[in-house]
Amino acid sequence: GGMLAAVLLLLLPLAAGPGRAGAGRAQRDALREELLLSPLPAGDVAATFQFRTRWDADLQRGAVSHYRLFPKALGRLVAALGVRELHLALTQGFWRTRAWGQPPLQAPAGAELWVWFQPTVTDVDKAWKELSNILSGIFCASLNFIDSTNTVTPTASFKPLGLANGTDHRLLRYAVLPREVVCTENLTPWKKLLPCGSKAGLAVLLKAERLFHSSYHSQAVHIRPVCRDASCLAVSWELRQTLTVVFDTFSSGQGKKDWSLFKMFSRTLTDACPLASQSKVYVDISPKNKEKELLEVTPPPASVHEAIVQGDKRTYAVYDLLSPSLFNTSRSLNVQLKWKRPQDSSELLTPILHAQRYVSGYGLQTGEISTLIYNTHPYRAFPVILLETVPWYLRLYVHTLTIITKGKENKPSYIHYQPAQDRRRPHLLEMLIQLPANSVTKITIQFERALLKWTEYTPDPNHGFYVSSSVLSALVPSVIAMKDVDVEQSPLFTSLFPSSDGSSYFVRLYTEPLLVNLPTPDFSMPYNVICLTCTVVAVCYGSFYNLLTRTFHVEEPSRGGLAKRLANIIRKFRGVPPL
Amino acid sequence: ITDVLTAVALYLAIQDFNKVVFKKQKLLIELDKYAPDVAELVQTPMEMHYIPLKVALFYLLNPYTVMSCVAKSTCAINNTVIAFFILATIKGSAFLSAVFLALATYQSLYPLTLFAPALLYLLQRQFIPIKLRSKSFWLYMMQYAALYLCSLVVIICLSFFLLNSWDFIPSVYGFILSVPDLTPNIGLFWYFFAEMFEHFSLFFVCVFQINVFFYTIPLAIKLKEHPVFFMFIQIAIISIFKSYPTVGDIALYMAFLPVWSHLYRFLRNIFILSCVLIVCSLLFPVLWHLWIYAGSANSNFYYAITLTFNIGQILLISDYFYAFLRREYYLTHGLHLTRQDGTEAMLVLK
Repeated sequence: GGMLAAVLLLLLPLAAGPGRAGAGRAQRDALREELLLSPLPAGDVAATFQFRTRWDADLQRGAVSHYRLFPKALGRLVAALGVRELHLALTQGFWRTRAWGQPPLQAPAGAELWVWFQPTVTDVDKAWKELSNILSGIFCASLNFIDSTNTVTPTASFKPLGLANGTDHRLLRYAVLPREVVCTENLTPWKKLLPCGSKAGLAVLLKAERLFHSSYHSQAVHIRPVCRDASCLAVSWELRQTLTVVFDTFSSGQGKKDWSLFKMFSRTLTDACPLASQSKVYVDISPKNKEKELLEVTPPPASVHEAIVQGDKRTYAVYDLLSPSLFNTSRSLNVQLKWKRPQDSSELLTPILHAQRYVSGYGLQTGEISTLIYNTHPYRAFPVILLETVPWYLRLYVHTLTIITKGKENKPSYIHYQPAQDRRRPHLLEMLIQLPANSVTKITIQFERALLKWTEYTPDPNHGFYVSSSVLSALVPSVIAMKDVDVEQSPLFTSLFPSSDGSSYFVRLYTEPLLVNLPTPDFSMPYNVICLTCTVVAVCYGSFYNLLTRTFHVEEPSRGGLAKRLANIIRKFRGVPPL
Repeated sequence: ITDVLTAVALYLAIQDFNKVVFKKQKLLIELDKYAPDVAELVQTPMEMHYIPLKVALFYLLNPYTVMSCVAKSTCAINNTVIAFFILATIKGSAFLSAVFLALATYQSLYPLTLFAPALLYLLQRQFIPIKLRSKSFWLYMMQYAALYLCSLVVIICLSFFLLNSWDFIPSVYGFILSVPDLTPNIGLFWYFFAEMFEHFSLFFVCVFQINVFFYTIPLAIKLKEHPVFFMFIQIAIISIFKSYPTVGDIALYMAFLPVWSHLYRFLRNIFILSCVLIVCSLLFPVLWHLWIYAGSANSNFYYAITLTFNIGQILLISDYFYAFLRREYYLTHGLHLTRQDGTEAMLVLK
């Protein structure tokens, strides 16, 4: 580790030298890494890693051949396939919004991929297919199962998060694979894309055996173009790699809610990534119910940062890994948090917007999907866009769609419905629903289950089929007015979503994925079925053939065959008259 | 409403048909075509008086008709169109029958096979003999075919103008022919294609579809003297082997059974077949519930009942066919058959 850092430090001015002395355009790139530790109301701890590489180069035009911090695999992908924005998330587990609060960046269970293409791309579907195949190779995930049966083109839910000239939604593709499992094989290539790998900086904490021992694990890659500076004359490309993990401190901490970096990750931080221009650890020490001194963080932080995040004023303890004073006392940094007084679990802060979804009904023929959306804001109403993607084998009856708020029917102001085609594309339902203050909205739709061909079932058909999470996008009004954030100065977790004005913040929530059983044929029977059905057809054919080709004749007395003659001989012996 | 219309159409059709049958019978008796001792086989006006009413009642009171009416299925409309087609054919109006046949074919592809019996009936009515060399035969056939095809083309073009694209053709007819949806029904196709190897699915789809259309020509050759019976057999074959059969189709051909109630003495297995059909109809919802809702049965149970029900239907049809052919033989050769040496003889099919 130390050797590598020394070598890198030596090479750095050498690499920067020719770069600056070369052509007048300096393609500078910068890496910022950050770790946000926030204790959640239910006693768990959420750790969000963000690695942001910003590259002042135009990947679309000009052959870029010298990749430094920006990974070459992704850079070439963006350039070759005409990608404007790429968001890929691999998640295991489900973020419990009601218990844990609003997530900084949530992803649905499984694999989620949504991409905005450049307007210059002529065949978007072909580019999408190539992209998913290449990504499946890079991340060792089965993204090659993304095809037209699980890809949709949303019209309102997914707006570009970076710079955008126009938003023709035909350039957008969205797909979710809810059955995808995330494991070490997906983490390793993700770590390899980091400039320092997992050898220096915050990434040393990312050890697989602890990361997958958690309630929620989500790793994501976001690529988008951003303004190079305030005047926005040039475009830079930003790559954010985020990893969110939620540890259950109760079960791993022997019943106490104290945690430390070592307890969570079985590692401590020793140094910053030498290639990073900024490397910080933020710990959320916001007091709840205005009672300070409830918790104690060791080692004491060098500075404290206050920010308004998601409508709440929060206080963060900041540890700057690049400052020389941090590692004066000890070689490693082990942030510890101790609770002075046990916290009441009754002071759960309900998030303003949260939702749940479930499937009801009995039997294998019909069912009903119900989504409940809660708006707990006391006096403000706001609209929410709901996007549902249902596979084609659950045939939705759109005439049974009902939206009920506070006992009355709630008509959405915008509905976009694209019916499914068997084996070609899924259902897409997008609605803009106004949520009144302090209300629960229930959306129900009935469906019918189809019988599939026996080769279309998964290897364990009685496990069921997954319906991917529905997406809720909303601008939630915030209690406290928020200032515009300058992306370069403020922490990374505040600049995930572009904010349009200070009175509301953008939230994207995902509901639970559903597991639905389909009627199954008997898989052991293909040959038997063919034989029996063909027998029935042959019975018909045989009887009709007989009746059509034969005519009635009077029966001729026959001399008798061999059996009859033998019988007659025996009868003669017995003395009985012959047949 | 459509059920009532169907019943009325069938009533009028059978009334007319009875008149035709009686006339023909009289003609044949006068021509001495019948053997002397078949007096009890000949149909009397007395027993034929109530047949139209029985046909209408058979259709209206059939539990299958009631079920398809309760389910609000479009099968009732299909049945109405076919019933009007039969009425028009028996009345002798070639134009109307072509129009109704085009409507029926437009809805589902299979009534195309009813072209042959209708043609045969109309030729018979016009007293045109059916010989392959006869010019008037070909002329009439061309006329009728032209009427039929023109009305079909008109209807399809109307749909095209309504929709402004030809997309409906693969959606409607392609769907009927290629059987993509495998929802369980009372036919044989769904489980077969659910368990089919991918490699052979096209081959078996073709075989199954040909199976429906295949019986037309041989039946036409055999039954050219009796086109209405041919029509009955054809409707029955369509309703058994079509790609998505429903109980409404079965109700339609069962409505015709009273017309041939005089065949009763020649039916061989009628008791067992009617028991099979009734028991299978009762078991269908039971096993469906067990498979889908209770989860204690397999799809195999429902499939087995499908098989049995279809075998019952097939044997019923072939039984009626056998009885019909046997009666014809008796009519021409006499009821009491004797062999050369004077003993009682038996009839076999050879």
